[in-house]
Parts: sequence; structure tokens; C-alpha cells
Amino acid sequence: MDEIVIQTEGLTKIFGDFTAVDAITFEVRKGEIFGFLGANGAGKTTAMRMLCGLSIPTSGKATIAGFDIYKETESIKKNIGYMSQKFSLYEDLTVLENIRFFGGIYGLSNAEITNKSEALIQQLGLTTVADTLVVDLPLGWKQKLSFSIAIMHQPKIVFLDEPTGGVDPLTRRQFWELIYEAAHQGITVFVTTHYMDEAEYCDRLSIMVDGKIKSLDTPHDLKKQYEADSMDEVFYKIARMAQRT
Amino acid sequence: MEAVVAENIIKTYQGKTAVNEVSFQVKEGEIFGLIGPDGAGKTSIFRILTTLLLPDGGKAQVCGWDVVEDYEPIRNSVGYMPGKFSLYQDLTVEENLHFFATVFKTTIQENYHLVRDIYVQLEPFKNRRAGKLSGGMKQKLALCCALIHKPKVLFLDEPTTGVDPVSRKEFWEMLKKLKEQGITIVVSTPYMDEAALCDRIALIHSGSILSIDTPERLVDTYGNALYQAKSSNMYLLLKSLKEMENINSYAFGEYAHISVHNENGIGVDEVTKRLREKGLDDIRIEKAEVTIEDCFIKMLGE
Repeated sequence: MDEIVIQTEGLTKIFGDFTAVDAITFEVRKGEIFGFLGANGAGKTTAMRMLCGLSIPTSGKATIAGFDIYKETESIKKNIGYMSQKFSLYEDLTVLENIRFFGGIYGLSNAEITNKSEALIQQLGLTTVADTLVVDLPLGWKQKLSFSIAIMHQPKIVFLDEPTGGVDPLTRRQFWELIYEAAHQGITVFVTTHYMDEAEYCDRLSIMVDGKIKSLDTPHDLKKQYEADSMDEVFYKIARMAQRT
Repeated sequence: MEAVVAENIIKTYQGKTAVNEVSFQVKEGEIFGLIGPDGAGKTSIFRILTTLLLPDGGKAQVCGWDVVEDYEPIRNSVGYMPGKFSLYQDLTVEENLHFFATVFKTTIQENYHLVRDIYVQLEPFKNRRAGKLSGGMKQKLALCCALIHKPKVLFLDEPTTGVDPVSRKEFWEMLKKLKEQGITIVVSTPYMDEAALCDRIALIHSGSILSIDTPERLVDTYGNALYQAKSSNMYLLLKSLKEMENINSYAFGEYAHISVHNENGIGVDEVTKRLREKGLDDIRIEKAEVTIEDCFIKMLGE
């Protein structure tokens, strides 16, 4: 049995009289690519913020990389990576400066940072633009750099919030090659996306509706269960059950 | 008559070319899609056509008027929904709609038939401030506000970015109905599956148009032979395919797509044989249906 790196039980978040996340219970294994799907407003972002130790749950239990979500949020933050479409890199720093900056934030030593910077820049083919401001990079490059920085401290889990929004189809795939590679190295990938073809790349998927996890299975079994030809169809069938607006 | 004509339009920002001699025509009553990723130049094109930005070169007409000389009549004849939510956040739903109707010297009543189908979904929240609406609701309100002066041409800049698949489908149903009312629609999107819903599309990348055609014809002229492969070990399958020369391969949903050049490419039997040698015993390869996304990927590679 593989190690469990995310475990939640009845995890709930209530804002006033609105239950954003309603008693979700699930487990994610080491090295798994776990897709976290749901319509806008289903509660994905709130759930993800709790899992990252950024928001204290109203009730329920969870451990992330073995740490308690109430008491050990600082340890959680050291053991995870995070990347979203909205926040990723500092645009007015260069590629190299960004790497060094985040290396420092993640607590790497100077020697480690120097080694990692070189390796990263080579691996991503960014040698010619190492001293270019990030604002001048094409979006696809930014996304790849941002992902590599999110995992440079070898976290147990990396959280990706719609990482490929607006990126061209070729770059989107190159980005997923990086995800596959990271998972292969044992990093657990927790990812949200609105692209249903990307949902197919995940080992398992959960689909949230109105704050609850409505379905959780492999893409293959979800399609079987909902008698659908594609994940698009599965999503449509499930998300349509939503009551709240 | 053509609703929109763009002839070699150019836009540069601080020496960088954002729009590079882009030309296209949109017929009256058509849904025309500008399909491409962020940074392709879509927004600059929209802003030039809606007279909000001056081109550095080239010419464009909307409803027969020149975008530089005749900006006033154009502004009265087009509706524009920018990619970024641009309504007044601290006005209510109803106040926003009323405001935009007044600016264009009309009333909600006069053109209510155009927005009715969409506005009924917003009606329960008509006293809510726009800033407090959910993403899907904001988008519907923005569409209503862009329609309330009965525009001839509607410009929608990435109306569905970041929107979930269910709301995206609903949005495109609305566009179809607007088209039936005779409104010309120019819409941009990074989602390739939405391209198939347009009458004609322009694929755009790095400021240049790669191709303009109907979705059907674009797919028909793909050129290469396309296969889909599947195995229980997709990671190894994709990795092994990448190592092979003379074919192009990439993940495509639950399959790997393999694009083989009709003359120079190696045969599919050879591909299968080589994959078996890698230990992929359960591999299944069959002919695949070409999609717009396959076309775009092929063009990006060329």
C-alpha cells in the first residue's frame, strides 16, 4: 500500500450562513496525479486553501504530508509547492532572480540555490533568457518556469490551480510532460483544470458539486459509471446536479 | 456586405509586434472565431476594431466605417465585452443595465427582447451589486450590457476563459440564439473545442494568422494520417513515442495522438512493433478523428 499524503475527514468550511465546503472526505497517495474538478463556485478554491494551510477549517480533520491542518500549518507550507495561473512569478525580476528569490523563501542554502538555478535553467532550455525579465517571457515559458520553481524544494505535494488556462495546445502538453515527470519522481500532484482532456491525464479525479465531493474515481471508471464517452460528458452530467448559484 | 474587414493591421508596443499584418473578413450574420492562446494578439485586434486603439499600420472597417475616421458611428453600432470584467462593481445588476442603455440613448424596454433569455436568469439577483455576483453571472450581465443598445456587431473577447465546461456550453447556446436574431459575432477563445461552434475561424499565434477557414474544411485539409494509441502505461507510451523520429506525438485526453506524414512518415505497423519492443504489450492503435486542436498543433510545429 502506497503512503497516503493527503487525508481528509468531514472537512468543512462555513462562511456566515454559506457552507462553501461541506464535509469532504478523501485520500491521495504518494506520486498520484489527483484531479480536483468542479464548476465555478463549487468550493474547489476554498478546499484547496485549507489543504495548503492558508485557511482554518470550520470542522473536520485533515493531514497534509503527515501534518495536522489546524496545528502544523507552517510545516505543511514547507512540504508543499503551490502554483496558480494568477500568482506565480515576480514579473519585474529576471528568470534567475526569481529562482534565487523563491529558493531563499523555501529555505534552500546558497550552495543549493546556485546548483538548482543552473540545473533548472538548463533543463528548461532557458539559458539564453536567464537574465531576461519575466514580464518579457511568453506565457507558456512563464508557466513552465513557475511550475519548476514550485517544486525546486522537492515538496511532497504540489498544488496546481488551473495552471494551463489560456496557454496554447502545444505548451499545455509540454506542461503536462513536466507534471508526469514530477509524479514519476514521487511528487504528488493535486491539480484543478477546466480542460476535460487534461482530466483524462489524472490517475484519479474528484468532482465537486455544491461543496460536496459528488464522485471520485479513475477517469475510466467514471466514464463507465456515468455511461459517457468522454470526461466532458461525465462532468456535464455531474455538474448539472448543482442547486446553488 | 462584410460586417468587418481587416487589411494588414499592425500593432507594435515598444518595438514589439503584437499584431503582424493581420487580414480577415467577417460576413454579416456570421459567428467568427479568433482562436489562439494568450499573447497571440487577440485583444489588440479587438481593441482596434472597437476603435479603442489606433493601429500602427493597415486599415479596418466595421459596418462599412473606417475604424480611425468614423469611430463615432462604429461605437454606436458595436457591442464589446472585454476579457476583463468591466462593469460598475458597486452598481446593482439592474442599475448597470439601465446605465448602459441610457449611455446609448435607449431604454431597457426598447431592446428587452434581445436580452430577455439571459436576463431572466439574472432577475432574481437584480438588486445585487455586480461585484458580488458569481463568475458565470457576471459574464451573463456583461453580455446583456453589451447587447442593450442593439448592436449590429458583437465583439466578445475571451468570454469563457476560466469558466467551467457546463457554463461554457450554456454561453454558446446564447450566442447561437443571438446569431438567429441577425447579430454578427466576433469571438475569441483559447478553447479549441469552441472553435467547432463558429461558422468560420482564424487560428492565430504570436500576432500572425495561421489559417482562416470553416472548422470542417480546416479539419479536412489536415494532410497527415492521424492515429490514436492507448496503453495501461501511458507515461511509458508517450515517452517512447517522443523518442521516435519522423512522427509527431502528443497526449490527447485518454489517448496519445500520433501524426504521421503521408510520404515521409514511418508506417503505423512499424510504430506498433517498436512500442512492443519497449515492453508495451497491451498497446492499441487505431485511426483517429482529426480535431481543430490537432490542426493547431500541426501548424505550430511547422
